[in-house]
Amino acid sequence: MQKEIIIAGFGGQGVLFSGQVLAYAAMDSGLEVTWIPSYGPEMRGGTANCTVIIADNEIGSPLVKNPPLAIALNLPSFDKYEDVLATGGTLIVNQSMVDREAKRDDINVILVPCNGIAEEIGDKKLMNMVAVGALLTALPELTLKDIEKALEGHLPGRHAHLLPKNYEALMRGFETASVAAVPII
Amino acid sequence: MTRELWKGNEAIAEAAVRAGLEAYFGYPITPQTEILEYLSRRMPELGRTFVQAESELGAINMVYGAACTGVRVMSTSSSPGISLMLEGISYIAGTEVPAVLVNVMRGGPGLGNIAPAQGDYNQAVHGGGHGDYQPIVLAPASVQEAIDLTVLSFDLAEKYRAVCMLILDGSIGQMMEPAQMPEMMEVKRANWDWATDGRMGKRERRILTSIYLDPVQEEKMNLRLLSRWRTIQREEVRYKEYFLDDAEYVIIGFGTAGRVALSAVRQAREKGIKVGLLRPITVSPFPVEAIEQLTGRVNGILVTEMNSGQMLEDVRRVVKGRVPVEFYGRMGGVVPLPDEILREVQRITSSKLDVRSDPREEWYERMVGMR
Repeated sequence: MQKEIIIAGFGGQGVLFSGQVLAYAAMDSGLEVTWIPSYGPEMRGGTANCTVIIADNEIGSPLVKNPPLAIALNLPSFDKYEDVLATGGTLIVNQSMVDREAKRDDINVILVPCNGIAEEIGDKKLMNMVAVGALLTALPELTLKDIEKALEGHLPGRHAHLLPKNYEALMRGFETASVAAVPII
Repeated sequence: MTRELWKGNEAIAEAAVRAGLEAYFGYPITPQTEILEYLSRRMPELGRTFVQAESELGAINMVYGAACTGVRVMSTSSSPGISLMLEGISYIAGTEVPAVLVNVMRGGPGLGNIAPAQGDYNQAVHGGGHGDYQPIVLAPASVQEAIDLTVLSFDLAEKYRAVCMLILDGSIGQMMEPAQMPEMMEVKRANWDWATDGRMGKRERRILTSIYLDPVQEEKMNLRLLSRWRTIQREEVRYKEYFLDDAEYVIIGFGTAGRVALSAVRQAREKGIKVGLLRPITVSPFPVEAIEQLTGRVNGILVTEMNSGQMLEDVRRVVKGRVPVEFYGRMGGVVPLPDEILREVQRITSSKLDVRSDPREEWYERMVGMR
């Protein structure tokens, strides 16, 4: 088993942290994992992305051309990763930041209003966790519980009071995506 | 021991601390600055020495000085910074004192960029600094290997009174992977018979120098270095093999290029192509014996690198035209993807190869034709 995930968005949207949460959850589940950020000039503003690979065997390339899974938190990322996603793959799109529908019909594009849901929960910064929750509908190797444990285990203690809302964001994202997902044939 | 998620650069820093690093001197440069950043906090916390020098020249000469006292000392940099250090590295080699260096390579030449590259292979492996010396060069391909080899590099440097350099690229420096740290080792100053650590009026003076004005004495020193180097070649070669048991073709690649090739090998295996991978861990000393053995039993060798074929020459020197050697490289900070290497594997395994062809020439023509 090997699954590649790209998470992309504006700097400040929690792109890198989302990937790290997945990486921690995978590691704690006894899986192999790589997390690699784009560390170029884009980190000084503009788009940021990271690639997470989860596998049950030694991981070769930490980078991938056509990932089966991706999260696009903004429009430029939607444009970029809709084109490169592997056929049959799943793309979670932050609907709050895009103004168009999917172009491809050979991938699952799941539109989730991440900002809107996060604001309903009461903290717009939780938007990335909504997206991670949504991604889990296409990543059976990791459960909501795994992510919750990763947050609990690796988030600095001073952030512990934020955990319940993070769990809520994950759950809301997962539920929204479960309803929205229509498997392609 | 439990696994933790470590970023390559920080993992190297902590591994060095656990191996008993007593003094660090460096100067910031992307993509390795996290090593300095981490040590600037960690070293003072432990009462050890951290200095951000005024330049790479300052840093390497501070390393030189500290190395002469026999403590475990390290500096780290990235390509242009290592170039600045070369004079000092040669002095360290010429003085026969142990020092550990890390080059988190980036795209070049010149200022280049900060993307992952392997263009400093020749600089690291074939000397770099002036004069006759050969450093030990280790090429980790993962965060765990970066940790293990950092610890090993201190032992090797001391054992052979030599410069031991880790070469990796920005992607390993920036990547996070689960890894196990060794336990914290006690800082033990070995009772070296060469260290200039203060005689306190109790013993004879020791002199450490790289100056031998008498050519005959210099030649003696050169022979001493060579004698150690021959032992290193015999005893310190390390590499990792993948899928070689029944391999009809083999890829040879180090560091990131090697691990990317592993993905291609797995994909090729799914297609029934019998290809394996040899990933040198010590690129200096070079795994001559392992390649020699493969030469006798495979139909072809593909060298993959993130440069224009620098290790390729070392492979060809071993193979001596007995089997075809092919090359695939990306340069300037472009990281090859598994499907590119798979395409090369398919090309090689489905065409008639000629031992007389020049792999770099042919690769160049394919590269130019591609555009």
